[in-house]
Amino acid sequence: MVDPRPAYREGATLPAMESDGELLRRLRAGDERAFVTLVERHNGAMLRLALSFVPSRAVAEEVVQDTWLAALRGLAAFEGRSSLKTWLFSILVNRARTTGVREARSVPVADAGPVVDASRFGPDGAWAEPPEQWIEEAENRIDAVKLAELLRVLLDTLPARQREVVLLRDVEELSSADVCQVLSISEANQRVLLHRGRAKLRQALESELGGAVR
Amino acid sequence: MRIWFSQAFPWLRTRPRVPDLVCQQVVELVTDYLEGALSPADQRRFDKHLAGCPHCTEYLAQMRETIRLAGRLTPEDLTPAMRTDLTDLYRQWRAGG
Repeated sequence: MVDPRPAYREGATLPAMESDGELLRRLRAGDERAFVTLVERHNGAMLRLALSFVPSRAVAEEVVQDTWLAALRGLAAFEGRSSLKTWLFSILVNRARTTGVREARSVPVADAGPVVDASRFGPDGAWAEPPEQWIEEAENRIDAVKLAELLRVLLDTLPARQREVVLLRDVEELSSADVCQVLSISEANQRVLLHRGRAKLRQALESELGGAVR
Repeated sequence: MRIWFSQAFPWLRTRPRVPDLVCQQVVELVTDYLEGALSPADQRRFDKHLAGCPHCTEYLAQMRETIRLAGRLTPEDLTPAMRTDLTDLYRQWRAGG
């Protein structure tokens, strides 16, 4: 099977890629193609975010469609104070939360306790069982597609609220202010969730990739 | 040695010493460090610890690598079915439906 994903990343802009602002202008003028281009650009990320909130793909697709419709209806009111992506994500999260069951299962506060197991430190607080090396493994030995698949699986095992923050900050690369806006959480709360989520991901990568024969 | 020294030359006494960070504290401060949310004093303590601790340096590098790998995850492409659904959605909206 050929990997259907494009060889370039969103960030590696194509020379003639139109800005969201330009597409919005055309969309407001009634250009259907501008809408389709925006959908092509943002739908994947929206679906990924929706899947983080709701239990099934069918429901996630529904939430994404609702979001697009709400965006079209709110087009006139969108002032461009946040990026289009942040605005779409905000609408989506509101819709997903009213639909979502997945998040309701999780505890609303961050879990307590240290992010690295206390047993890995000596009585003086210094590493007794230091981090196992795995960066070399990740960068040079493991196949990129397999690594991405592993990361997706690991991300999915995070507690819902940590996963949402890590997804928005580290995968979608939103600013912390935008993440707070999208999820309606405080800066401090965001940082705690990010800290715990990232630490769990790192630990999972260490467990999966660390200690390989070198 | 240290005590008689500061008693003999009290004007050389420095500010009360802030204890150095230990590894177990450093791992809890990593996110604040990366977010630039540490106070200047804590930032200095953090940097000082890193300079002498290869394990925490490795931990920080792994945290950065984790973030980098997450940033490389690409979303799936639009399926033809979703494209059709959303185009229909647009046309219905345009028609005032």
